[in-house]
Amino acid sequence: MTEKNYLTDDYRLVSWFTTTDHKRIAILYFATLIVFFFIGGAAATLIRLELATPGPDVVSADTYNRLFTMHGIIMVWFFLIPSIPNTLGNFIVPLMIGARDLAFPRLNLASWYLFVLGGCITLYAIFMGGVDTGWTLYTPFSTLYSNSYVSVAVTGIFIAGFSSILTGLNFIVTIHKLRAPGLTWYRLPLFIWTLYATSVILVLATPVLAITLVLLAMERLFGVGIFDPRIGGDPLLFQHLFWFYSHPAVYIMILPGMGVVNELIACYARKKIFGYKFVAWASLAIAAAGFLVWGHHMFVSGQSLTASLVFSFMSFIVAVPSAIKVFNWTATLHKGTIRFDAPMLYALAFVGLFTIGGLTGLFLACLAFDVYATDTYFVIAHFHYIMVGGMVTAYFGGLHYWWPKITGRMYPEYWARGAAILIFFGFNLTFFPQFILGAEGMPRRYHVYAPEFQVWNVLSSGGASILAVAYLLPMFYLGFSLFFGARAPANPWGATGLEWRTSSPPPRLNFDQQPVVTEDPYDYAHAPEPQHV
Amino acid sequence: MSGIRRPKSRIWRPSTDLVLCWIGLLTLLGLTVTLSYQPLASFNFPVAMTIAAIKAGLVAAIFMELRHRSGVVCAFAAAGFFWLAILLWLGLMDFLTRV
Ligand code: HEM
Ligand SMILES: [Cu+2]
Repeated sequence: MTEKNYLTDDYRLVSWFTTTDHKRIAILYFATLIVFFFIGGAAATLIRLELATPGPDVVSADTYNRLFTMHGIIMVWFFLIPSIPNTLGNFIVPLMIGARDLAFPRLNLASWYLFVLGGCITLYAIFMGGVDTGWTLYTPFSTLYSNSYVSVAVTGIFIAGFSSILTGLNFIVTIHKLRAPGLTWYRLPLFIWTLYATSVILVLATPVLAITLVLLAMERLFGVGIFDPRIGGDPLLFQHLFWFYSHPAVYIMILPGMGVVNELIACYARKKIFGYKFVAWASLAIAAAGFLVWGHHMFVSGQSLTASLVFSFMSFIVAVPSAIKVFNWTATLHKGTIRFDAPMLYALAFVGLFTIGGLTGLFLACLAFDVYATDTYFVIAHFHYIMVGGMVTAYFGGLHYWWPKITGRMYPEYWARGAAILIFFGFNLTFFPQFILGAEGMPRRYHVYAPEFQVWNVLSSGGASILAVAYLLPMFYLGFSLFFGARAPANPWGATGLEWRTSSPPPRLNFDQQPVVTEDPYDYAHAPEPQHV
Repeated sequence: MSGIRRPKSRIWRPSTDLVLCWIGLLTLLGLTVTLSYQPLASFNFPVAMTIAAIKAGLVAAIFMELRHRSGVVCAFAAAGFFWLAILLWLGLMDFLTRV
């Protein structure tokens, strides 16, 4: 207790805002993301409130447009993309590979400041009156017709994009250069492999988003002809560029979750991950193939049929590495010594929900079905199963798993299991009805709907209120544990991985002695017993 | 490492490599402009593109110092171009096959 750790190293506030310690920066990100999660969540609450009845009763059509746009922009760029990489990743990557920090600690801090700056500018756009284009910012509406704060919001997203690029760069260099002696590529925990793949996407795709947003602003503000056919542009060009970034970006929003789940499943089944090399390479395969499929968002846009066919075919190919992962997780569970601790509950939920989300993605990748389902609630359900059911669930799972390491305190296990189960229940009640609504033909992005859709919408809104409570619960018991939780030992779960070989919380420079790696990853046959059951 | 040698003296002098490269780029630029006014029929486009590719190569090799870098760094740089190629290839696939 008397020993100094990264939290007690310096108590002054200024030491936090000028820190170059990856662990503290992770916590700065964490706090920032909570704020954005609440803002995005507030918009979602209003959306579900409006949709509880068929008529227009809570907000006007125009306000509704601004609500779902704000929800999408905040949740995608200011919550989900940075969620696992910048909080858990920032904290755990150097610890996992036995390094003292990321390769560029100051760049790491700069990335947080850019993120906050971009976030503030976007919030400014929202509080000035918002944006009504949808998070996809499609032209010509966004360039010619929208009277909302498109340019301001786009500036905010543009700046936040640089924070993504810097983080990706930092991770890539760190993973190449700072691994502990003996930590070869095939000894790396799979979380590192997935974050590596994520970083490659961040570095390669985000610049395209930045360029696209600049072009959008140029046309909107100065009338430069890029997307408007009357002045020589092509409106579909926007969609090509946007989805060239945004489809890979959806993998930014799932790969880190897959990485967390690898750690959890191995630890709580107490087994080596089945087919380690396949899982490792599947991450890179997803990252690469993810760049070949963007046109599946444009099947009804007027894109040529040839292009649609090719993109449809490619989309089926991306599903292969995703399926490899799912099968390997199930195979890892087979004959494992499974413990149903809270992080494991989240991991199991992830596997099931991700599978539903991924398979419905394949439905949508079929040209004929997509013509029917596009812009319906089916699409909304598809991606929420992956992004919320998958990624947010993995985020909570990882947060619980590493909580003792991050804070030095144990969380209350039974509360945590209760919350995990409630999240699973609330999530499915919210989003499963949306599959049915979509199949029945309810379009997305309208604030009114035909009365026959009401039953499923009421169920969905009811589920959303359960989900909201379930997401709030961890705030309380984790907050409680910060002050009253039992002190965490160095390795409460008996897990493998270097991060568990240092004290909880770790010292300022992570390890008192440089760790050396001599064994394969996930060597649970020789791992210490869990200390906390 | 075969890194770039830093000048020992306090007075800063631009490296000859960079200056030569810059002059080369300007020459190529002049060539682009001149050739674009020549009636080469359908050859104008490929010629302009070839010159542009040479310029990009010069920038990558000399200004971005890739000629001094190891395999991994070059692989990453190549990946950037490869990704750009994907964007152009699959993007053009739509534009060129529209009916
Ligand atoms: C198994 C691989 C996947 C396939 C084949 C797939 C397929 C599709 C297709 C065809 C659409 C377009 C539907 C339409 O607009 O008509 C779509 C939409 C979407 N998908 Fe997926 N998907 C997959 C994985 C994912 C993942 C992993 C995520 C997120 C983490 C994701 C997030 C989204 C989002 C956000 C949209 C809707 C974007 C919008 O229009 O607002 N998808 N998906
Ligand atoms: Cu997609």
